[in-house]
This record gives sequence, C-alpha cells and structure tokens, in this order.
Amino acid sequence: MAGVLLAVIFLAALAPWLVTGASPLQTDPALSLQPPSGAHIFGTDQSGRDVFARVVYGTRYSLAVGLGATALALAAGLILGLGAALGPRIVDSALSRLIDVLMSFPEFLLALLVIAVVGTGEANIPLAVALAAIPAYARVARSETVVVSRTGYIRAARSLGVHPIAVVWRHIIPNIAGPLLVMSAIGVGTAIVTASGLSFLGLGPQPPTAEWGIMLSEGRNFLATAWWVGVFPGLAITVTVIAISTVGRYFRSRSEVALS
Amino acid sequence: MSGTERVTARLRPPHRGSPLAIVGVIGRRIGRVLLVMWGAATAGFIALRLIPGDPVDVMLGVQARVSDSLREQIRADWGLDQSPLIQYFQYLGRLSQGDLGVSYQLRSPVIEIIAQQTVPTVQLTATALLLALALATSAALIGRGKRMKRVISVLELVVISSPTFWIGLLFLAVFSFQLNWFPVTSTEGFASLVLPSLTLALPVAGIVSQVLRQGLDFAQGQPFSTTARSRGISPAGLVLRHTLRHAAMDTLTLSGYLVGSLLGGAVLVETVFARPGLGQVAIRAIIARDLPVVLGIVIVAALVFAVLNLVVDLSYRFLDPRLRTSRVGVRA
Repeated sequence: MAGVLLAVIFLAALAPWLVTGASPLQTDPALSLQPPSGAHIFGTDQSGRDVFARVVYGTRYSLAVGLGATALALAAGLILGLGAALGPRIVDSALSRLIDVLMSFPEFLLALLVIAVVGTGEANIPLAVALAAIPAYARVARSETVVVSRTGYIRAARSLGVHPIAVVWRHIIPNIAGPLLVMSAIGVGTAIVTASGLSFLGLGPQPPTAEWGIMLSEGRNFLATAWWVGVFPGLAITVTVIAISTVGRYFRSRSEVALS
Repeated sequence: MSGTERVTARLRPPHRGSPLAIVGVIGRRIGRVLLVMWGAATAGFIALRLIPGDPVDVMLGVQARVSDSLREQIRADWGLDQSPLIQYFQYLGRLSQGDLGVSYQLRSPVIEIIAQQTVPTVQLTATALLLALALATSAALIGRGKRMKRVISVLELVVISSPTFWIGLLFLAVFSFQLNWFPVTSTEGFASLVLPSLTLALPVAGIVSQVLRQGLDFAQGQPFSTTARSRGISPAGLVLRHTLRHAAMDTLTLSGYLVGSLLGGAVLVETVFARPGLGQVAIRAIIARDLPVVLGIVIVAALVFAVLNLVVDLSYRFLDPRLRTSRVGVRA
C-alpha cells in the first residue's frame, strides 16, 4: 500500500498537471479562504489559490530536495567512510572522532548551523540538509568497509595484483552498497522533514513558491478561521515521509532476511 | 532513519579502577570539555572569517550610505582592522572571561541577550523532557502485549514522521482556536506551556519509547529475568524491579541526542507558538546575519552538550552496578 502511495507521490512530483487541473499560483481574491468543497477539495488560501494544487505542486520541490540531498550525503559519506577505513590510521581516528561528535547532534540542528554559516536561500537548503546527513552515512560506510576489506575475496584480489582503486570500485563498493542504500531510502524522509522545517522558519525559498514548509508558515496565520490552509500541507509531509520510510523499512527487512 | 539507530551504538566502554583512576578519568573528561569548547570557538571564528560580506554592512543595513572614513572608524571600534591572528587571540581571551562579544544588530552584549532568553527555553525544554519520558515509559509499558505492540509502533512511526511544527499547528487549531482550552499566544502561566511542551515532547517520546521497548524485550531474555521468574516474581514485578531499570540504561545513552532534539525542536516550537526564547534569538540572528549572536549561541550550546556528556558518562558508574568495583562502590 505504501508502495502505491509512493507511486502517486512521485507522479505528483513528475507531472503535477496530471493530478490537478488548477494552477498553484493563480490567485482569485473573490475566492479567498474558501473551505474545502467539490471545486477546491482542500479549500483555498488567503489569495484564493487552490490549496490542493499548491500541495501537489509542492511535492516536486520536497522530493527533489529529499532525494538530491540524500544522494549528495550518500556520495560524500561513502568517500569519507572509504577514506577512513582504508586510509592511514591517523585519518581514521580523526575522522571517526569528528563523526562521533557530529552524530550527537540531530540533523535539524546541524542543518541550522550550516544555514547560519552559508546564509539563507533556496539553493542553500539542500546543501545544509546534505551536509547534516553526511556523518551518519560516513559512519556506516566506514564500518561496512572495515568488515568487507577483511574478507577473503578482497585479500585474494589484492594478492592477484588487482589495482587498489579497482578493488575498491569493483569489490568493496558493490558489497557495502546494500546497507547504505537501505539507509538512504529511510534518510530521504528525514531530509524532507528537515528541509520543510528550515523553510517553515523562512530560511529557504520565499513566498509565493508552492512549498510545504512555506504553506505551513502561511497557514499558521489563518488557524482560527481557515484550518485547511495549514493542515493539508503538513498532512502531505507526514504521508510522504511515512510512505518513504515504510518502503525503506520493507527493503531493510528483506535485506536482513537475505543476510541471515 | 530514526534517531534510535544512530545513537544506540554510542555506549561507551565501562571504566574500572581505583579512586585515583576516577580522578584521572574526571580530569581527562574535563579536558575534553575544554577541547570541545575550543574546537567550537575556533571553528566558529574561522566560519566568521570565511563568510562573504562586510560586517559593517550588517551593522548599518545594506541600504545605508556611509563615507569610507566612517566605515574605517567602525572597523577600528570593533577591532576588525587588525590581523586575523590577533583578532583570534583577542577573541579567545575575551571568551575565556565569559565575554561573547557584542551583537551587530542589537548593540548589546551577546551574553545578556542569551541570558535574557534562556529562562523561557529552559522552561519549555525541561517540561517537554519530563513529559517525553513519562509518555515514553507509559507507551513502552502498554506496548508489551502483542496487539498493543502494533498500535504503539504505528503511533511511534506517525509521531516520528510528522514534522514537529505541523503537530504544533494542529494542536493550536484544535485546542486553542476550536475548543478554547489553552491561550493562543500568551506566555504567562502554566496553561501556556502545555501545548508547546507537548508538541516538543511527542517526537522525542516516540524515539525513547522505541529504545525502551527494545531494551525491555532484550532484558526479558536475559538470564537474570529467568532467575527472577524462577523465584516466583510476578510479570509486573519483573518489569518494574528488573527489566525496566535495565532498559532505562539504554535511554541514558540517548540523552545527548535527546537534548539536541529538544533544542532543535524548540526553535520550531517557539516559532509556531510565538514564544520568546533562544530559538527565536537564533533564527533572527541567522536571518539578519548577526554573527556574534549566532556564534555565542553555538558556543553556549556546545558547552551544554559537553557538560551533559560528562555528567552522563560519569553517571553510568553510579547507575550500573556492573561498572562498580568494591572499592568505589557508591550506592545509587
């Protein structure tokens, strides 16, 4: 079921015009703050824009940030983890200590810290979310690499004279990819929540962009009179994150079964 | 991924030894706290240097038209005209005396700004922490049966997956605007603390409850549980007297992460409920690029984390009988 839901969410991100006929930016002052009805199933916001259309069009930004930031964090974490596990001991202990320190902070705080340094703005949100997620991936990449590099096939490849880079590329990375990919499947959800939190605080894209965090922060002003403006974008975040992490957990339980 | 998986791996190895060794351990740990502080201060200072843009612009506002001589004057007043190395040592010197500098925007000492806003944030986070622990313990105890386990784990998933600020908005919409149970924006009295602290507590409670349930399950299968059962202890007695205490130790490892979640969540919750506090100060400073304030908050937060880790590390020895030796046996 979560898989079907996820497919619908991806459809909304790739082709929002197939899901809704309305425009996310079309304002109509005569129709401001209308409650949900047949014509506007999620109602309309303060400028008369269709909330459903805005939620649907917001999917693209959130998914893009979630996937992009996760991919970036995965790649950087992989490089750092490989470097720590295979590099000289002093690099390993320095990196591991740094990762330990960073891991004791939640991703949201780290992302906030990155924004504090690089500044606010739409383009900095994925960067901040990615940097905040790197330590977790680096740690798993390192520990998996340590395990894999001690196995017989790696030693065999090395003693056969295979170039070290080829060993890493052809033997180590494919063997540590499983756990990392499963982890990043769940990480996409975390990234979406972090990104929407940052833009809720006004640190990311600015109105009138159709983005869930911005919609929530606008909806905050109309809670007394028009609950639908704030409730539906949040529901979209929650449903998306649950769908992604359920699918991620399913893959994890499958990979755990395959291992045992 | 959930916080549980990230942090449970952090259990530190036990330390054993004589009283002298304990002094050594404490000394090393305090040294580490100082090292972390120095690291945070230095990293912050370097970040400040690397940031594009002129601090004078931040102080005056971008539109301000000021003569170059006045700019130089401001630079000299703030010590921005000296070499970076000298500025760094001056900065460390001031820091060691507890001086965090002066805000570019508010023109008042950073330490005062932080001190003023600490009380509401501590009230909020402390209430939320107690609430989270109470909620998590009850959820873990309720979720021990097969059927309840499903319900509780779905609840945990929903609570962890929902953005904190959305939960806060829902609470406001339902309990403040529809039912009028709680004030909307007032920050006076206990009633105004209920919704914000509950909002902040829920995601934390979800994580703690997961860890507690894993710990309870694990402890259930341990030899000491079998022994206790063979002595005829009731199932409830086993949980209350043995396995719950065992599982609580795992939660202690999470404490650093929990405080981090509470502080990070406080930023969002304070915005949702329009409460004053450190989170609000941080957000305003980040948006206005008031870097001394940002740096000050980072340093204070680093201090809180470092001291907390120190306390947690040392408390293991007192809480876990297995880590005690006869000579340093202190009753918990």
